Amino acid sequence: MSDIVIKVENLGKQYHLGQVGTGTLSHDLNRFWHRVRGKEDPYLKVGELNDRTVKGEGDIVWALNEINFEVKHGDVLGIIGKNGAGKSTLLKILSQITAPTKGSIKVKGRIAALLEVGTGFHPELTGRENIFLNGAILGMTKSEIKNKFDEIVDFSGVERYIDTPVKRYSSGMMVRLGFAVAAHLEPEILIVDEVLAVGDVTFQNKCLGKMGEVSKQGRTILFVSHQMASLNQLCTRGLLLENGVSTYDGTISEAVKRYLSNSIRSSGPVFDLSSVEERKGTALARFSKLEIFNKGELSNVFVIGDDMELRLTIVAPVPIKENVNIAIHISRYDETILSNIENIDSNYFINGLGYETVIRIKFKHLNFYPETYKLGFWLANSSRLAMDHIINCAEFRIIEGSSLVRRELYKSKGTIYLTPDWEAV
Amino acid sequence: MKEKKENWDLVIQPKQSVFSVDLQSIWRYRDLLMLFVRRDFVSVYKQTVLGPIWFFIQPILTTITYLIVFYFIAEIKTDGLPPILFYMSGIVLWNYFSECLTKTSDTFTANATIFGKVYFPRLIVPISVVMSNLIRLGIQLILLVLFWIYFYVDGAQIHIQITIALLPLLLLLMAGHGLAFGIIISSLTTKYRDLKFLVQFGVQLLMYASPIVYPLSKVPEKYHWILLLNPMTSIIETFKYSFLGVGVFNPIHLCLNFAFLLFTLSIGLLLFNRVEKSFMDTV
Repeated sequence: MSDIVIKVENLGKQYHLGQVGTGTLSHDLNRFWHRVRGKEDPYLKVGELNDRTVKGEGDIVWALNEINFEVKHGDVLGIIGKNGAGKSTLLKILSQITAPTKGSIKVKGRIAALLEVGTGFHPELTGRENIFLNGAILGMTKSEIKNKFDEIVDFSGVERYIDTPVKRYSSGMMVRLGFAVAAHLEPEILIVDEVLAVGDVTFQNKCLGKMGEVSKQGRTILFVSHQMASLNQLCTRGLLLENGVSTYDGTISEAVKRYLSNSIRSSGPVFDLSSVEERKGTALARFSKLEIFNKGELSNVFVIGDDMELRLTIVAPVPIKENVNIAIHISRYDETILSNIENIDSNYFINGLGYETVIRIKFKHLNFYPETYKLGFWLANSSRLAMDHIINCAEFRIIEGSSLVRRELYKSKGTIYLTPDWEAV
Repeated sequence: MKEKKENWDLVIQPKQSVFSVDLQSIWRYRDLLMLFVRRDFVSVYKQTVLGPIWFFIQPILTTITYLIVFYFIAEIKTDGLPPILFYMSGIVLWNYFSECLTKTSDTFTANATIFGKVYFPRLIVPISVVMSNLIRLGIQLILLVLFWIYFYVDGAQIHIQITIALLPLLLLLMAGHGLAFGIIISSLTTKYRDLKFLVQFGVQLLMYASPIVYPLSKVPEKYHWILLLNPMTSIIETFKYSFLGVGVFNPIHLCLNFAFLLFTLSIGLLLFNRVEKSFMDTV
């Protein structure tokens, strides 16, 4: 008696790069000819790991390779990875949308995949009709939907519009209706992609609550998300994917930690910000370097009570004559934002930028609990249009051992260490 | 590693056996099939003033056009039948076939967004197209019967033959051919888009190779075989013979037709099954 409900063995998926179309006929014929002679597919030999930043030689890559894992009944497995790590491909194979190139997945029980909410909604049909259509697409029978109809409408909160064509719905209403249907699926295994990123906060919490409820009923969930906080909250296990191979399979907190430490390349105290790839903005000026100082020396390790000095270098191809704004984001290790600081808050104004500008920012008396914190920066012109925006691109650490702290601080018990004045009156 | 005999409900592998129509899963998704049929039928004429009346207007206007062009101007005789009945019976049947063919032929490309997000037996979609068009055909056949009654009372030489009992078989053949060609084309177009253009005018050209605007008897005997290569020819002729009393009825043609259907349908299902597994990567 084993309670393994999903068994993934040696799974691999291969993709062609470049234009599909030209030359595929000759490839197909070549493949066919090899197969007729009982030889191996000539195009399967080529292929390399899917690192999309490095230009490879072949035009075929393995989006997933050698993936092996098992999921037990009742597990809530979080699948973590950067964009392009193969998360979506894995979900697509699990939900039978596309077939793997090699390997196999064995499943016990009914799977329902939720890669998008409101799949197959027809704009001309009413909300009522679409509940039935969407439910059936997701694999429910008509009588199942009928039984849950009232619950679904209630959960979605669009009761008043239920007989209106969904093309008149706002996008938010559409999403709520879609999720409401999906939330009332009752499969043994539920696969959820980042659908929770939609909707307002109340609705998101409602969704998370629903998922927690589902997992408590002993059903198995596979969950993909970039929101580390919700992963930590919901999942019991984590699987970390990098460039198409799984690099860690174990507890969720360890997987999250490994993922997050991977996302910052250097550990400081000097960070090369010009090489950060994920950035937004017009690029009229850009952050190029960050140096972190502790007591006049390069260091990004502090204890409570230390002063932290950031030296931020900004380069501009053409000097900028107008006022600019800079913001600093400080986040926890799980990427929840703690604070957003702007130069104008300190009544400081930056009247333009030269080819290279260095700005010094001093934080006096740090009072964060011992933990790793992340920094992000935003640079905008006078009308607050972003010229450069990079998040979670650097980090600093607070360690224990401050002479000001007279007890042990647990990071699960708080984030900010405050010392107000006490007095008996 | 010891391999225990375990019973898995589902095994996802690169290539499953090439020829397996999973009738069981189609049956399991029958509610979805019915909802798709309903959706196709209901949504077409939403926000139109005339609504389902369009089902009648379409064949009537086409019949009038043919009447003017082919009967009055080109003066093609209609085997002594009232030209309106002659044209309309051809048009109604042909419309069904061509709708089935063109609508199913873009199954994969038109539904790529749904297919990319959720799994259900893909064959549900073309089958639902064939079924929802069947409803339309039924409505149009009623129109045809009304005209038949009018001309019969008017004293026209039209007689229903016993072979009208074959009507369900004819419907089955038409639906089958539409489905078979449709899924063959839809499977191939995921990779080679050229076929899409071929279908558009191919269907139009094929119409002129069917006895719709002319009776088969007008065509010299030695060329009959060419027209009979078109599976719709024997179906339309059988229908005209059964319904109006004039036409070519040959059981051998129908048997060959059925054999041909089995052949194309097997090829279609074979291709469709293959493409179903991997089309998201090539579409």
